[in-house]
Amino acid sequence: MLVEINNLKIGFPSRTGFHQAVKGVSMKLGTEKLGIVGESGSGKSLTARALMKLLPKQTVIEAEKLAFDGIDILSASEKQMRTIRGKRAGFILQDPKYSLNPVKTIGSQVAESWRTHKGGSKRQALEAAVHLLETVKIRDPKKVAASYPHEVSGGMGQRVMIAMMLAPDPELLIADEPTSALDATVQAEILRLIEELVSERGMGLLLISHDLPLVSHFCDRVAVMYAGQVMEELKASDLLSAQHPYTRGLLNCMPSLIHPKERLPVLTRDPEWLK
Amino acid sequence: MIATFRNWALDESPSSRQQAAWGNRYRIWLNLRGNALGMIGLTIILAFIAIAIFAPLLATHDPATQDLANRLAAPSAAHWFGTDELGRDIYSRLLFGGRVTLGMVIAVVVLVAPIGLAIGCIAGYFGGIVDTILMRITDIFLAFPRLVLALAFVAALKPGVESAVLAIALTAWPPYARMARAETLTVRGSDFIAAYRLTGGSSWRIIFRHIMPLCVPTLIVRVTLDMSSIIITAASLGFLGMGAQPPSPEWGAMIATAKRFIFEQWWVAAIPGIAIFLVSLAFNFLGDALRDVLDPKGN
Amino acid sequence: MTIEIDNLRIAFGDRKVVKGVSFKVAKGASFGIVGESGSGKSTVLRAMAGLNNEWSGRIAFSGEDAPLKRPPAFFRKVQMVFQDPYGSLHPRQTIDRILSELPLVHGMDRIDDRIAKVLSAVALPQAARFRYPHQLSGGQRQRVAIARALIAEPEVLLLDEPTSALDVSVQAEILNLLADLRAERNLTYVMVSHNLSVIAHLCTEVGVMIDGNMVEQVTAEDLRLGNVQHAHTRELRSLSVELEEPA
Repeated sequence: MLVEINNLKIGFPSRTGFHQAVKGVSMKLGTEKLGIVGESGSGKSLTARALMKLLPKQTVIEAEKLAFDGIDILSASEKQMRTIRGKRAGFILQDPKYSLNPVKTIGSQVAESWRTHKGGSKRQALEAAVHLLETVKIRDPKKVAASYPHEVSGGMGQRVMIAMMLAPDPELLIADEPTSALDATVQAEILRLIEELVSERGMGLLLISHDLPLVSHFCDRVAVMYAGQVMEELKASDLLSAQHPYTRGLLNCMPSLIHPKERLPVLTRDPEWLK
Repeated sequence: MIATFRNWALDESPSSRQQAAWGNRYRIWLNLRGNALGMIGLTIILAFIAIAIFAPLLATHDPATQDLANRLAAPSAAHWFGTDELGRDIYSRLLFGGRVTLGMVIAVVVLVAPIGLAIGCIAGYFGGIVDTILMRITDIFLAFPRLVLALAFVAALKPGVESAVLAIALTAWPPYARMARAETLTVRGSDFIAAYRLTGGSSWRIIFRHIMPLCVPTLIVRVTLDMSSIIITAASLGFLGMGAQPPSPEWGAMIATAKRFIFEQWWVAAIPGIAIFLVSLAFNFLGDALRDVLDPKGN
Repeated sequence: MTIEIDNLRIAFGDRKVVKGVSFKVAKGASFGIVGESGSGKSTVLRAMAGLNNEWSGRIAFSGEDAPLKRPPAFFRKVQMVFQDPYGSLHPRQTIDRILSELPLVHGMDRIDDRIAKVLSAVALPQAARFRYPHQLSGGQRQRVAIARALIAEPEVLLLDEPTSALDVSVQAEILNLLADLRAERNLTYVMVSHNLSVIAHLCTEVGVMIDGNMVEQVTAEDLRLGNVQHAHTRELRSLSVELEEPA
């Protein structure tokens, strides 16, 4: 098992008391594609960040088990985490604009990330970088390698981020809303690319998104989160026949192009869901 | 009483404009109270202001009464901080000097902050030729060393507290204008300002009602951090004989006259020096704390 | 209020962002503009609202040409709702203050009354009135933004991606609210969005923009059925349909 999470709880102290954001989440991930879907505030990003120990210091994390490839994350030292983060597990964020250094060329940044993990000379690294840019299907990798982050589009930026993450041959890829800032046409391309790379290389994928239909198209399994709990976990192909009223409600309240609705059904939240 | 106020102010759904405003202020106060250095700074400043206000009650002697038989006396029960070269009680002079020095500083800030804010916001909002003209003027003032420019102004007018205030003010506004302009530029293109443009209100209305209040927190922080340098400029002018004139007990002037005995009767110069140091340090502490508390990104 | 846009061109310096866009919206209708980022769709909307002075061509409301600099009275007729509910409300003002600005500028009477009414029109509790934007949820903020536009009692509402920053459950509530308001007040809508389903839900007619040109105008019905001409429209439609179908 690549990732094992058992009864994970995440909370923050606040002025009014203690805010429990994630309330007992359990999930497992092997070499497969798992989607975590939920609305803002459902705790989906926190869960992924807790796995990489990327949460602020005052966060209180408890779990019966929180493990990456058998390594207990809760007791892992910062040094151990560094051997996991970026090396064995790559993290792709929503907006590539904030993850790339604006004053360095794309090629040098990809090369640098390759070199920190693989070593070798600068020239080797640069060649590897161009090759990596090619694997993420950038048509003119040499030209892109020589350009600066602000000179490329959002979709291209996201491809570069993926290339950087692939440099150390990770076993797990965590993508937190990787396409929310992109146009629909680009969105599909990027997700297809991630899906292909993950399948080809036999990696695990944790795809976090607010977009239920989108996730179901690119993942094997989907966990639906609401208010810090997993409402249900199901096979992506079964999504349209989901049983839980929350999942059903989310699907129903979306406007549809082919099945027009006079009025959109509104999601009524049942406190029973959180018992 | 306090508990009632606390509940009223921290109510998550206030029912009047006042309640919402007090709630906001009370939250800022709560955050500030959590900052130890900031509270130390605030306490020192309030203590000095109180001392200056109540100087006539707290003073043990008349600050102007000379006693040449007892000049340059060491600290004792009769003269807590000793006496100066004319036998005047240093403790009493320090209290009354606080009025002059702190008064000057406050006068400078009251003059400078609104001017800098207005110029910066106007330049930033309108941009183009208005911006160019206003900012080049700012650059000219910025290009001179502060003390030298202030000295020239005072020399051109006549030495005295009012001229010193005016001179410091003239040299102190450009950084505020720059800062307000930078702040304005970041909000000028935002949607909430666009929404206000869609009310049909004038540009002036938008600048004064909606943009300026956003620049005020940064300005307050900058002012508190600048306070110490204003105090030191005021003291330096006093020291050079261009600020408060004798026998007025301004702290800088007190050090200036004491410089002749600094090795033999060191306390004469050290005591106003310590006062300047304490107030400057206190303002710096407070400024640092306010930066954390008022920073909109922090909330 | 009918809207006519004729050969609208907008350039920022040398960069031509909108290259001759024309469309008409009948009184009480709702027109949607769909396109990807950089297609110029939002720029068209901002020029219509009077937030942009770099345009040429014709923008007319009720047959009257809108001047480059709009008189204050214009904003009683035409209002706009922005995309990001986090960025479109002044962070240091209460909802009350945000809503009272337009009535104050126009010297309207009974301001307290109007604010209370407009809050209930967008289904916000009166208790929200003296809160600050950061104390509200995203959906509530967008309701405030709609209330701010409604307080002018406008005839035209320009909607710039009004739901794209919201969760789908909140999006449904806002879309329903917008549909109700249009029916109640006989408003004319022009909405910009990148989401075809959202556009087709709220609008009867749709213009597709790419690269500063409006390449196609179709009815929402034809869009649903797939009676479209331009390749870009077809691409956007198939992406949208693909996602709706089971994986």
